[in-house]
Formats: sequence, structure tokens, C-alpha cells
Amino acid sequence: MILQTKQLTKQFGGLVAVKNVDFNIEKRKVNAIIGPNGAGKSTFFNLITGVHRPSSGQILYKGEDITHLPANKVAELGLARTFQTTNLFEMATVFDNVVVGHRLRTRSNFFDAIFRTKRLKEEEERCKQKALEVLEFTELSHIGHQLVANISQEEKKRVAFALALATEPEIVFLDEPTAGVNPDETESLAYLIKKMVNQGITVCLIEHKMRMIMDLADHIMVLNYGEKIAEGTPSEINKNEEVIRAYLGGSGASA
Amino acid sequence: MSSIFTKKNTVIALIVLAFVIPFVLQNQYYLHVLTLACIWSIAVYGLNLLAGFTGYLSLAHAGFFAIGAYSLGLLTVKAELSFWLAFLVAPIITMIIGTFVGIIALRTKEHFFAIYTLCVGYIIYLIIDKWDSLTGGVRGLIGIPSPANIGPISFDTPLSQYYFVLVVTLLCILMVYRIVHSLTGRTFIAIRNSEELALSLGISTAKNKLLSFVLSTFFAGVAGALYGSFIRFIGPEISYTTIMFDFLTYLIVGGIGTLSGPIVGTFLIVLLSQNLQFLQDYRMLIFGPLLTLLIIFSPRGIVGFVLTKYHQHQRKTSAVLKDARAKEG
Repeated sequence: MILQTKQLTKQFGGLVAVKNVDFNIEKRKVNAIIGPNGAGKSTFFNLITGVHRPSSGQILYKGEDITHLPANKVAELGLARTFQTTNLFEMATVFDNVVVGHRLRTRSNFFDAIFRTKRLKEEEERCKQKALEVLEFTELSHIGHQLVANISQEEKKRVAFALALATEPEIVFLDEPTAGVNPDETESLAYLIKKMVNQGITVCLIEHKMRMIMDLADHIMVLNYGEKIAEGTPSEINKNEEVIRAYLGGSGASA
Repeated sequence: MSSIFTKKNTVIALIVLAFVIPFVLQNQYYLHVLTLACIWSIAVYGLNLLAGFTGYLSLAHAGFFAIGAYSLGLLTVKAELSFWLAFLVAPIITMIIGTFVGIIALRTKEHFFAIYTLCVGYIIYLIIDKWDSLTGGVRGLIGIPSPANIGPISFDTPLSQYYFVLVVTLLCILMVYRIVHSLTGRTFIAIRNSEELALSLGISTAKNKLLSFVLSTFFAGVAGALYGSFIRFIGPEISYTTIMFDFLTYLIVGGIGTLSGPIVGTFLIVLLSQNLQFLQDYRMLIFGPLLTLLIIFSPRGIVGFVLTKYHQHQRKTSAVLKDARAKEG
């Protein structure tokens, strides 16, 4: 267990988006969060990664309370994330997009920039090396020089992964990593996610593609209307009646 | 053939041209216009750093330009400081005021930021215009000294002033070049691209946005101080909205978010509007539609257009090369 939420709650005005969720993210495993649209999955991610402040509850990372840390501090601790939309800079090359990912591990400021100090040169080199390394890992080396505007959706997803990996994270949060890509590409992205876990990175993802999740995840939590309705291994979730009811509606007779 | 036209050689050629052009032109009036264009371009570089590279369109830039000019004017005329000391202090004063404005203004974003800073710019204008006892109000500030001699070098001829302004301009461009091509610059670009993503990459957006804002006021302050010492008379109208939108036009025409955009845009429009002066205000009938077309068809200005073409060309040639290689293999 690397990260733990305790009674995590987020209210937007009268709407309770996430309600008393206890969740444990297991180290070096694929942890998945599933649930119907509007179940609060993305909000849950935003709470953990510091984009939103929780209304109540606690987030512990390796036993340390990170509930009220801003997003950039959370990232420094080793929690990286990707977004549903990739947010990349289309007019720059893949390589240039990824270089800034390692910025949080460098210290040079604008005085270093103006005087081109040794520190800046060293750190720039380190960022570039890191970019090459993560592009290699995500199998993008061959398109490093291309503009992001000219690459495919699946490649953009990989670039987003590469950016997250450049921060040297311990946990990567992936928000619908395979949204908008075809089945073959979904499979190759799933392979990449497994590769990340094999490298010792913990993965937590939100996904809608059930078949992929059931193959990939070690541990699944199901959210519905902001509440946790089930948690367990894929086979446990598969049999859970409440989950089936949430997805299919109705009386929940076994499907 | 292409090896002669490398980036480095082009830049060196342009710098040499800038240094010899007074001897080619032999025209005092043009020298005056070129000097002014250099000064404007410094201010536009500042605006570009914030609006172009960080994504925050500040419309208070003319206000900070005026703060730089008035700081130099007041320090030399009223406080009787030596020119060079005043020339150093003026941008610092601009930056200090910029820091305070920035802390508040950067709580907003996008068009709210633009509107807020537009108001700040107008308030700066009002203060300069109405605070008679300090700024001289509408009468302006007269008798600002030109740069004092440095040893044997004096700055009392238009030619020497041109060289002085040119050197400062080149230093400013070098500064911007180094900032943009450093990790700091990459950080700014990441913020422009998506603040949400930048934060998730561990970048302190608040700190970096403020840095960019203050740096942009620094360049406005330097440009203002140069303007004061060059024209030697300043009035409240230099902080007015028209100057602000002149800056913005130079930037958009040249290419917002590009390194050479500010200098290209400023020189092009300043020289063009000087040459079309016989048309008087009808010039705007030409500039208006041209600007609109440019924004529609090339949002990154002239330089952006050239860069896009260049990238396309490179892709084509690399594709052709690949084909050729595949056939050989």
C-alpha cells in the first residue's frame, strides 16, 4: 500500500461529487477506478493530485499526509498524472514537449538562463537525456522530431505518458488513457501500462473499456454517485451484483 | 548553398547591417525613425515574453513603459541624479511596481486578465496625467538629459544615440533569447500551453507567471527609459491605450510567441507607416483589414507563417529522402 484515502469527500455546493471514499492503492500494481459517467472518478483523481482541495477526509502517501498540498508539490513527491485530453503543445516537437517534464527535478532559475551558467547547461542536458530515455521507453524515439500536431491520437497518448514518466514518479494516475483510440492501439497502450508496472511504477487508472480493465487491473474500485460500491479483484467485481445494477440499472438479477 | 544561410550567419549579417546602415542611408530622419523602432521593439519583446511565451496578454504594458520613462525623467530632472544611475534605477522602479500589480493581476486569467490590466494601464495614465505636482501633468516633463559621457564616448549626436540604443536592443534580445531557450523559457511555454498540465508536472505556475510578468515590465521599463533619454520630452500620452495597441499590433504582425516576431513587426510597421504618411489617417484603412486577414490566416504573424512553411518544407524533403533511401535499399 503506497497511497491511502480515508473518508475522502468533495462537495461542490450542494453536490457531493465524492463521498467518504476509503481506497488503498497497492504498490507496483495496476489499480483501476471504474464507474458510470459522472460517478466522481475524475474528481477523485483531482483530489489526490491536489487539483481540488478535499472538503473532508485525508490522503496519506507513504504514511505522510498530503491532503492539503498544492498540485505542484504533490508532483514533486512522485505522483504524476495524465489528463483525459492530452493538453500537449501541438506546434512543438514531441521531444520539446517532453523535455519540460523533468523540470521539477532541476533548480536553475532565470539568472542561470541569462548568464548560461554551468548549472543550467548540466540540468538542460539532464532534462534532454531524461526525455530521450522516456521516449525510448514509450517507443516514440522515431517520431521525437515531429510536431505533435502531425502525430496520431495513440501517439499523443504515449507522449502524455512520456511526460508523466519524465517527472520520475512512483505512482502514475492515468485518466482514461485509451479514450478515443482503436482496439489494436488500446492493446498496445495496455502493454505499455504493464511495462510501466514491471519497471516498478505503481499505476492507478480510470477506464471505461471493461475488457481491457479486467485483463489489466490487479485491484478495482467501483464508484457510483460519488460513493464506493465495490472493491476487489477483477473476478470479484465481475460477480458483484451491485456493480451490475449500477451499470445496467434495473433490479440486478444476475446477467 | 544552404550552408551560407544558416541561422547564425543570418543573424550576424543583420547585426552588421544594423551597424553600417547609418552610413548607407545618410539621412538624419531615418536614423531617428530607426532609433525609435529599436526602442519600441524592446518594449514589444517584454510584451512577447508574457503574452507570447507565457500566455498572459497584459494590456498595462504602455503604462509600464511610461513608468520607466517617467522614472528616468523624474530622477534626472527633479532628483538630479546622474544619468547612468537613473538609467539603472528606472527599470528597477518599473519592476517593483510591476511586482505589486502582477501579484494582484495574476489572480485572474485569460480575458479577465486582459481587462484587468487594461484598467491598470488606464489608471497609470490617469495618475501621470492628473498628478501635476509630480509629473507635470499634461505639460509633461521637459529637459531630460541624453546619456552622459562615458570617458571619451559621448552620446550627443543622433548617430551615437542610435548606436547606444542599438546596443541596448541587442542586449535585450540576447536576454530574451537566452530566457526562451532555457529551462525557464520551457517552463513559461508549458504554462502557456496548459496551466493544468504544468501544475501536474510540478511547476509552480504562480511563481513562474509572476517572474514572467516582472521580466516583461523590466523590458518595458528599459524601453521607456531609453525613450525618455532619446526624445528628452515625455507627456502622459505615452502611457495611453493607443501606444498599448501599437505594441500589440507590432507583436501580432511580427509573430506572437516567436523570437524574431517583435523586431520584424515593429520595424515593418514603423517604416511602413512612415512611408505612407502622405495617406494620413487613411493608413488605418489599409492596416485594419491587413491585420484582420493576418489574424485569420496566420495567427502567429509573419514569422509564424515563415516557420510553418519551413516545417512543411522540411517534412517534405525528409519524406522524399526516406523514399529515395527505401528505393535504394
